[in-house]
Amino acid sequence: MRDQTRSTLDKLSIDHIVKRFGPSVAVDDVSLSIPTGELVCLLGPSGCGKSTVLRMVAGFEMPSAGRIAIDGEDVGTLPPNRRPTGMVFQGHALWSHMTVAQNIAFGLKLRHLPRATVNQKVAEVLELVGLKGFEHRHPGQLSGGQQQRVAIARCVVLEPKILLMDEPFSALDAHLRVRLREEVRTIQRRLGLTTVFVTHDQEEALTLADRIVVMNAGRIEQIGTPDSIYGRPGTRFVAGFIGTMNMIETRVQGGAARLGPIAIAVDAPEGPVTLAVRPEDFSLVEVGSAGSVAGVVERIIDLGAFRMADIRIDAGLVLKAQIGKGRRIAVGDTLALRPEHLILFGADGTARPAAIPIAA
Amino acid sequence: MSAILRKMVHELPGALITLLLVGFIVLPIAGVFLWAFAEVWRYPSILPTQWGFRFWGMMLGRADVWEAFRTSLLLSVIVTGLSAIICLPAAYAFARLEFPGKSLLLLSFLTIQAFPKFGLYIAIATIFFSLGLVGTFTGVVVVQLVNTLLLMIWIPVGAFQNVDIRLEEAARDVGAGPIRTFVSVTLPQAGPAIAAALLLTFVGTFYETEGAFLIGAPNIRTMPVLMISLINNQIVVQYGAVLSVLLWVPSFIALLFARKILNARTIAGGVGA
Ligand SMILES: Nc1ncnc2c1ncn2[C@@H]1O[C@H](COP(=O)(O)OP(=O)(O)OP(=O)(O)O)[C@@H](O)[C@H]1O
Ligand SMILES: [Mg+2]
Repeated sequence: MRDQTRSTLDKLSIDHIVKRFGPSVAVDDVSLSIPTGELVCLLGPSGCGKSTVLRMVAGFEMPSAGRIAIDGEDVGTLPPNRRPTGMVFQGHALWSHMTVAQNIAFGLKLRHLPRATVNQKVAEVLELVGLKGFEHRHPGQLSGGQQQRVAIARCVVLEPKILLMDEPFSALDAHLRVRLREEVRTIQRRLGLTTVFVTHDQEEALTLADRIVVMNAGRIEQIGTPDSIYGRPGTRFVAGFIGTMNMIETRVQGGAARLGPIAIAVDAPEGPVTLAVRPEDFSLVEVGSAGSVAGVVERIIDLGAFRMADIRIDAGLVLKAQIGKGRRIAVGDTLALRPEHLILFGADGTARPAAIPIAA
Repeated sequence: MSAILRKMVHELPGALITLLLVGFIVLPIAGVFLWAFAEVWRYPSILPTQWGFRFWGMMLGRADVWEAFRTSLLLSVIVTGLSAIICLPAAYAFARLEFPGKSLLLLSFLTIQAFPKFGLYIAIATIFFSLGLVGTFTGVVVVQLVNTLLLMIWIPVGAFQNVDIRLEEAARDVGAGPIRTFVSVTLPQAGPAIAAALLLTFVGTFYETEGAFLIGAPNIRTMPVLMISLINNQIVVQYGAVLSVLLWVPSFIALLFARKILNARTIAGGVGA
């Protein structure tokens, strides 16, 4: 599941990095290559090492092993102030004793640019993030969203080679998060910024990313486009972590796994396996049709665009199925579900080929 | 009726505190002020019977008063400056770095403070004597520096620990080196507390008597030392009162200044960070 595509065009290449904090391993052999202009999301549960990867790229942590290169040049020994990276922190980290303009100008002044150039760049970037006229406010006098915009401006104005964002919007409410996410996407595209974005919000990752890196316990589980991560999860962990997924524990016997009356031909040794089916991958069919399982509707949740039904197949198994608006259903109805697409995970947790159900 | 009662209950603590403040702080201070401008004030009268600046004239006319004032000011400025240069980086290291013996070292400053001052000064005086520092300005500066250590380490350590480390990282990230980060971000962020520590150091040094007396006498005379000798020689209440008011002026100005710094910070800083 490792990223093998590596070319000289890569803006950022992370090569087998490891980070140990004392005896514990926070990042365990992570490799990743990002071409110019790409936005990559690091996604994973809390404590899986996302921030640590980002902080190693920024220079705040030194890898215990491995190499980090930007534009092909090893940056391993450079302190953060000498790296061409820009970081947007969780909770903005603006300097409250400086005005908005001073916050943004700080990095420019360190580069000894003439005053007129500084002022012009500050004005431009404030226009870019929609905060024209806020120059002389202090961060304490801004809303949460405005503060985060200033933090982005402070970074972007320096035209970093790599933009690093560590859960920049996690402190904001859902609406604002969606809006800022779109703004970031627009700015990132317009400036062609190579970006690594850390989040534990899968929706954020799925909507923002060109590619998603799913991490778990310090390791990379899967790298892929949002489409492939969602549609073809490579491991049991990814399947369970991204989106809603029915995870059905069953066994392989005689070359086939059973889901109720359905037999699925699999290429796996005898033993326990997990079948994974998305709620939208069930179609409603006549009770008794070939390749279907029947059950009783236990609960219906209306999600606006569609409904999610919990359907009890037997004592130990409840499946979630997405039901279109057109179909009338009620609690207590008996329905038959036919899985149109499924993924099978072997005992080691990785995906294995499985044929769509053949017979009832 | 009950509303009035409630109101009284609510206002009672405030009134009590005001009364206490007046009784223990305002009245004695007012007494000192009155004495400073009194020429005749005999027992049964509540206020001086004869006002005037006679004692002021006598005090301000003395060369040794001015000399002592200059000495005290110079001493306080130098000690505060040196203390800041030595203690602030040390305090930062205490706040940010983990090293063996850290808490022990921090505690040792507390131990110095807890040690009976006079005993400590005598010990220092013996050492200084062999070094030829007794009776010199340098000697007094060093003894005062020892005095400021606790304040100038403990308060700033707390202040630095309260500065969000991400603010410093953000500065490093946009290209600032460690020193630039400390000066432009950490110090201003910890500003109010540091200003308070500097001020307390200044005022504390200005008024410190025992150390200045033991190490400085007889060549170096600070204001408080001079005041003691004046009072010892002639028991005239007005001398003490006038000198007190004189001594009060610099600390009052310093405190006003501090208030301005603190206010500006709190308003400008807001809740951001
Ligand atoms: N300075 C440190 N010292 C010791 N352990 C650390 C340090 N920083 C991180 N860790 C550990 O490394 C692991 C990964 O931490 P990291 O901050 O990268 O997680 P994360 O994926 O960003 O989680 P979250 O989503 O909660 O931010 C955690 O187990 C954490 O406890
Ligand atoms: Mg994190």
